Order: sequence, then C-alpha cells, then structure tokens
Amino acid sequence: MGKTIAEKIFDAHRVDEPFPDAHVLRLDRVFCHEITTPIAITDLIERGMDRVFDPTKIKAVIDHVTPAKDSKTAEQEKILRDWSRRHGIKDFFDVGRNGVCHAIFPEKGFVRPGFTIIMGDSHTCTHGAFGAFAAGTGTTDLEVGILKGVCAFHFPKTIKMIITGELKPGVYAKDLILFIIKELTVNGATNMVIEFTGPVVDAMSMESRMTLCNMAIEAGGTCGICYPDMTTVDYLWDHIKDEFSSKEDALSEYSKWVSDFDAEYEQIYEFDISDLEPMVTFGYKPDQVKTVAEMHGTKVDQIYIGSCTNGRIEDLRIAASILKDKKISVAVRAIVSPASPDVYGKALKEGIIEIFHEAGFCVTNPTCGACLGMSNGVLADGEVCAATTNRNFNGRMGKGGTVHLMSPATAAATAIAGTITNSNLFKASIGEKK
Amino acid sequence: MKTFSGSVLFLDRSDINTDEIIPAKYLTEITKEALKPFLLEDLFLDGFSTSDLLNKAIIVTRENFGCGSSREHAPWALEVNEINVVVAESFARIFRQNMYNCGMFAIELPKETIDYLFRNYANKKVTISINVDNSAILIESDQASEKIAFKIGEFDKTLVKEGGWVGYADKNY
Ligand code: SF4
Repeated sequence: MGKTIAEKIFDAHRVDEPFPDAHVLRLDRVFCHEITTPIAITDLIERGMDRVFDPTKIKAVIDHVTPAKDSKTAEQEKILRDWSRRHGIKDFFDVGRNGVCHAIFPEKGFVRPGFTIIMGDSHTCTHGAFGAFAAGTGTTDLEVGILKGVCAFHFPKTIKMIITGELKPGVYAKDLILFIIKELTVNGATNMVIEFTGPVVDAMSMESRMTLCNMAIEAGGTCGICYPDMTTVDYLWDHIKDEFSSKEDALSEYSKWVSDFDAEYEQIYEFDISDLEPMVTFGYKPDQVKTVAEMHGTKVDQIYIGSCTNGRIEDLRIAASILKDKKISVAVRAIVSPASPDVYGKALKEGIIEIFHEAGFCVTNPTCGACLGMSNGVLADGEVCAATTNRNFNGRMGKGGTVHLMSPATAAATAIAGTITNSNLFKASIGEKK
Repeated sequence: MKTFSGSVLFLDRSDINTDEIIPAKYLTEITKEALKPFLLEDLFLDGFSTSDLLNKAIIVTRENFGCGSSREHAPWALEVNEINVVVAESFARIFRQNMYNCGMFAIELPKETIDYLFRNYANKKVTISINVDNSAILIESDQASEKIAFKIGEFDKTLVKEGGWVGYADKNY
C-alpha cells in the first residue's frame, strides 16, 4: 500500500510515538504573531523556560493589529519584539516591514515542500500549498514548539479532491473553495488533510493554491495540501537557487513529496468544475454558500479586499482590472489591505494602488485589518460587509455585523454596484453600453 | 489537579465557534483571568444569556464545538470560569487538542447518547462528574443517576493527569 504525502512527511519527522496514535513530530518551522505568541512567551518566562529550540527556524511577525492601536496591543507587540531580539530571531518583521503571516512567510521563502510547520493560527493550513504539513495550533502547542521544536498530532486521514474541467472567466480559486466547503460542510474534514489535485489545481498559481489551502480549516481540515511542481519551484527559486544546480534538480528533489498512486484515502471526490459559478456565503457558517446570481442585489455597507485568503498581488490585480476607471457606489465604503509589503510594492509600481485610490477605496498598510474585527474596519451592529476573507462567523468583523465571503472580482464588482454583483455580469453590462 | 464535576449547562446547538466562545476583541488581553466576564458573549442561541453560566462546571453540547480560530483563549475562558469539561458529539481538532493540552476534558459521545442526554436532562438540574481512571461520566439529577462510558486515548488521558502538554514535553523531549 502506498502512502499519502502527509504520511510521508510524518514518517520523515516522527521523533516519538509515546502512545498509540500520538505522533510527536520534529518541526522545521515555528511561525509566530503578536496575538497568540506573547502569552506563550510570558508563560515560558513564568516557568523559568525562556528559551527557543532554534532561532533560525522561528519566524515572527506583527500582523493582526499594526501599527498598534492602543496600549494593550502595543504591549503585545513589545513582548514579541523584545523576545525576538533576546533570542536572536533574525526573521522578525516589525511595523513597516510586516504583513499578514500567511502571505509574508511564503514570500520570504520560509516554506518548502516536505516541511512541518506550526503556528498559533488556524489558517496555518495555507502553507500546505507548497506540499508541506502545516497546522494551526493553540498557544500550548506553540509554546512547546518554541521550546522543543516538536509537536504532537493524531494521525490525519486524507481526503483527496480531484478537480477537473476549466474555470470559467470570472470564476476563481475562492469560488472553488467555497463550493468545496459547501460540499464538505464545516466539519466534513475534521482531523483530516485535504489534498487538492487534478488539472485545475495543476494549472493554478501558488497564490490560488494558497487560497484553496487557506480555507481547508473552514471544513475542519488540519491542513490543505497541493503537490509541489514546477510552479512551486518557480515561486521559490530566488530562495533555493543556491541549493540546486537547476530548477529541474529542485523539482526532482521535491517530487518525493507527492502521494503514491495507491495511497489510501478516507474519501476521494472528483468534481468537474466547468460550470462553476461565482460563489458567496450567506448566514454565519462558511458552508452556507450560494451562487452570486442567487444573492444578486443583496445590500452591503462595506467592502473589504485583503487577508491571508485573498490579499495577494494576483487578487489585487483581478480587483483592479474591474475597478479601473470606475468609482465605488456612494452607498458603500471600501477598504483594501495589500497582504504584505511586497504585494504593496508591486501594486504601487503597477498602478494598482492608484486604481483603488481613484475608485474611492481606503488603502491601508499590510495587515489582517478588518478580517477579524480587532483593529480597523470594524462593522456597526446590523451592518453588512462583502469580504474576500475566510470567516463569516457572527460578530467576526464586529458585534451584530454580517460578512459575505467572496472572490476579489466579486468584491470589486460589489463595490461599484453597492450590492452583491457578479463581476462578469457587471463587465458585460458595461461592455453593452459602449 | 483541576476539578471535573459540577452543574451542567446544556447548549443545544452545533458548530459553536471560538469567536462566539471568546470574541477576537478580547485577544489583546495578556492574562487568562481578564477573559472571565466575556465567555460566550457572542453566542447565537435563542434563550441563552451569559448569566446561565453561573455556577456551571460542565458544558454539554452538539457537533463540532470550538470550530474556527486556534485561539487557546477559548479553553482559557472556560477554565477561568471553572468549566474544565465539555461533552459534545464532536469537536474541532485544534480546540480539542487545546483542551487536553491545558489538562481539561473534551469528551466525545455518540450522537444517540448526546440526544439522550438532551432529552432526559436538558431542562433539569443536573450534575456530572468525570472518573478519569474508569473513563466514565456519572450523571445525576433529583430523580436519577447513571453512568455513561466514554472513549479516551492514552495520550489525552496522560495529558489530563500530568496537567497539560508543557510539563509532559519538557520531561520527555
Ligand atoms: S487575515 Fe484574517 S484569517 Fe488571516 S491570519 Fe489575519 S486575522 Fe487570521
């Protein structure tokens, strides 16, 4: 019987199996941000264990609330900053050089195929897009990760998704993952890894694969995983070119991190998505999904483009292509948060920031921002936000607020129309008028 | 060692997420104690009020409890309210692990058993106590008392007995 990629990664990293189905894995990376790490640091200090297992494998960023909005958030940031300096953690990204963790860490080349990664953040599953096993954990697991470089897991079963066909124009990875979550439900993948495979995924950019893997947790999944291929190598090349003589070399090395053809799966789904429409959530659970057409005309108050799901350059390019030479509706306000300084820089150079600005968007610094209602862009009671983020939980963006999850294209079209609108319909109607 | 017995709060809903258990705006707190007044502040459940939490030590609920964010603030908010046991049909992975990592119980029972508990006990004054060694919960009301067995892995049991994962990992790795 062959093995899944997750099984192979477990086998290569297992340091102990103290009890049946308790696998203690060696960690290649421990990622940290200023919300869940400071409390781990404080606890380690209180226990007299203020140590780190390897400062080169720990990466830290301030991203959720940045720049600090009040004394409490300033204190959280200070704890993380002082700790990074104290322990020689060189890859610490402070205000101005910081961005959303799941956007900036891959960009910096910190994620490699076959890696094990934890972070005190549920969307750590994003990094599986590189063929890594990356899982969100709580603060205690993070604490042990920081101290010992290990983490314990039960063995995850794997669900395989084979995605065939071709995405229609105006339909993106976000629409696909919303559709998949609807099929799986919010706990359909609990304690499982979701492998995203098939020609549609093979043809996707790393950005789109990250969008898919990012929302694996919304179906309960431990991690989303894509197989590494030449797209992965191309994305990483600047960071790995000293390790390999050619891209082909890198590819042949990384190719060991794919599942065997006869691997055992909990379930296999095959979807031909050629007829898939743009999708959007309703209600307060991410599996409450309808087509944009069904939700057409739903009133919104705010549009938010950003987050670890859809704040990357590809997302901003798509949104800008729809917003170019247009203004957002006077009935709404709109915010865009490029997910990293690199994304921001590219968007500046390509004139994308100008398009957002001219359209009437508020352009913020790279941050999680409105995504979790902790810093800017908080909703008032009864308000509605069209967002490219990943969670529509009640209260997520502010008490009494409602969030509709959608692609950057749909969000841009919705900003112009002031109500939920299909980007294709919008483009078509503009075209007809001409 | 924590206490694993007391009065029961029944929450008749699935998919109660960590944003409902403790909203993100309180994640700027750097002590567990500060979370105490905000437990389940944003819970969507008809008829529920946070005053229902008073003197409760155990929660019994439905499927997929603790889904969403990885915040360990969710178990901590329970812990500082002296609720060290949640009994449910299923849990989100990270929440479940966080509970055991903190030396608390996230006990899974089959749907039929959970249905039975709701049917027979939800509107009564009920106490539950957990027997770690026998993997059994004892449920008592004015009229009845019964034992229900649950399954728990050796690893999870060890974490509860050792008071959590940090101590165990420090000793062993
Ligand atoms: S963008 Fe949102 S979901 Fe992503 S890490 Fe930040 S707060 Fe979490």
